[in-house]
Amino acid sequence: MSTPRVAEPPTDAPGAGRAAARPVARRTRPPSRSWRRSLRRDWQLYSLAILPLLFFLIFRYLPMIGNVIAFRRFEPGGNVFGEYWVGLRYVRLFLSDPTFWHVFTNTLVLGALTLLFCFPLPIMLALLLNEVRTRALKQFVQSVSYLPHFLSIVIVAAMVMQLLSVDGTVNQLVRSVGGDPVQFIQQSEWFRTIYVSSEVWQTVGWGTILYLAALTHIDDGLYEAARIDGANRWRQTWHVTLPGIRPTMMTLLILNIGTFMAVGFEKILLIYNPLTYPTADVIATYLYRVGIVSGNLSYAAAIGLFEAVIGLTLVLSANAISRRTVGTSLW
Amino acid sequence: MTIDKSRTPRPTLGPRRHRPTRGYRIFQVVNALILTGVVVVTLYPFVNIVARSLSENAYIIAGQVNLVPRGFNLDTYQLVMSDPLFWTNYRNTVVYTVVSTIIAMVLTVCYAYVLSKQHLRGRTALVGIAVFTMFFTGGLIPNYILVTSLGLRNTIWAVALPNAISVFNLLVMKAFFEGLPVELEEAAAVDGLNTYGTLLRIVLPLSKAMVATMLLFYAVSFWNSWFTAFLYMDRLELFPVTVYLRNLIAGATDATSVGSNAGDVVQSAATIQSVTIVLTVLPILIVYPFIQRYFVSGVTLGAVKG
Repeated sequence: MSTPRVAEPPTDAPGAGRAAARPVARRTRPPSRSWRRSLRRDWQLYSLAILPLLFFLIFRYLPMIGNVIAFRRFEPGGNVFGEYWVGLRYVRLFLSDPTFWHVFTNTLVLGALTLLFCFPLPIMLALLLNEVRTRALKQFVQSVSYLPHFLSIVIVAAMVMQLLSVDGTVNQLVRSVGGDPVQFIQQSEWFRTIYVSSEVWQTVGWGTILYLAALTHIDDGLYEAARIDGANRWRQTWHVTLPGIRPTMMTLLILNIGTFMAVGFEKILLIYNPLTYPTADVIATYLYRVGIVSGNLSYAAAIGLFEAVIGLTLVLSANAISRRTVGTSLW
Repeated sequence: MTIDKSRTPRPTLGPRRHRPTRGYRIFQVVNALILTGVVVVTLYPFVNIVARSLSENAYIIAGQVNLVPRGFNLDTYQLVMSDPLFWTNYRNTVVYTVVSTIIAMVLTVCYAYVLSKQHLRGRTALVGIAVFTMFFTGGLIPNYILVTSLGLRNTIWAVALPNAISVFNLLVMKAFFEGLPVELEEAAAVDGLNTYGTLLRIVLPLSKAMVATMLLFYAVSFWNSWFTAFLYMDRLELFPVTVYLRNLIAGATDATSVGSNAGDVVQSAATIQSVTIVLTVLPILIVYPFIQRYFVSGVTLGAVKG
């Protein structure tokens, strides 16, 4: 039992045959045979995969196929996959829909702003945290900054509403400097600021985790060498620390770009209102209203498919670019 | 080596060992200030909400409540807690969370265990099936049609099933299983345990910390979720408490956009909101100090191992 090598003989017949039979089998028998053998040997493992595979099949891949209703006419209560083919009718419809282009622009703007702030800020915070000498202090700051990540988006939205209400803290500040209270939530020019800052508030702390982990893996010898070469702390950060966390940065950047189009749909749905549609309405919220609220499921599915394809293209290209230029990629 | 100070620093802190320059000391002070700012900004909304929930309406309307409650009273708490719908929805949240988490956990552990077996034929395909769904999804509408046509509307399954496996959690779990010593499982096989026995009696007990982490990950995300319930539930008494809160917010914004002269109604709605926020977030705040550490190690593990 202490030596693992004795493990082969006592196992059941197919397992025991594995070591001896495999090389011979591979030469003489077609591949389907070995599939059958692995099935016989590992059927218990495969059986564990059945339920999860069913899950993926039903709740992930079936909806992908269900996207055909974007090209078919769906009628409520009728066939799940729609009644008859309409070709690209719905695609043409949204391409000529001015609201669509409007929400498309909003999506890009919000996505870009989120990327601009939510990607670099965790890196900076991680670098700052890394310079804290007192362990307890560092621990405390970290614990506090992770906290918002664990809140429901509904709570965050409600807090945003409270802080920005006419009697809220922000308006108290406005009043104290002599300004008139502003109805932030009702004004479209404030929406982007509100969205991005609440996003930063909720994600920055949690975003530092991976960077802090990466920082602890940087070889101390590199700092030693840099110091001998006369690098001050700033130069050490620039030449040792940042290259050290570059793989992590690239990975997260690719992931961020992948979710670029999927801007915080739930949060927007909670804090926007008809008055702020000019800046707040994004593809996802528009398709929610078109599809779920007004029941134009086929039209909405066409928009959703478009969004998902852009998302996929973005990840694939970001990944490819990253692999060529920096040598890091997700796969 | 230059003359070191008598205070011997911890040897592991390589980059920090050398004597701090003047500029670096200034940086330390600035850094401390920035981080204090981060802490204050992060915590302020919580403190503010608690203060508002404990304050008297009049002070809130006058915009005088910041950090400390004014006109301390628990009336609104009584008001919210006397609403039977609030408790029904709160209980729903608990039930949904428990059931969903159990389902999610079983599926994740099974699949992660399968994926962690390097020798398994077709393993790459099995990984691919899961990972692909991270980058391409069916989208809202097909999902909606699916759940509706499966007849899951107004049942707990509409919440629990469509989000049962988080691929991210799955990969973290898989990485953990791959790190377990192979010898233990081989020994278990020698002793006559089959795959199920090995998973239940050897692997899971060894992974207690990881399993706990995943449980918490799932539980928190189900506790916090609102949109699926909002989408697939039609009756008030089926909502989780997050949707209860969402309806409060929606009601309040409707009221303000109608006209601010209805101020009084709106404001008491705001106090009710604060109380509901506090009550909804309380369980998370209570367990947070204990669980936070696990989350961090869980995420980092997933990242380091791939």
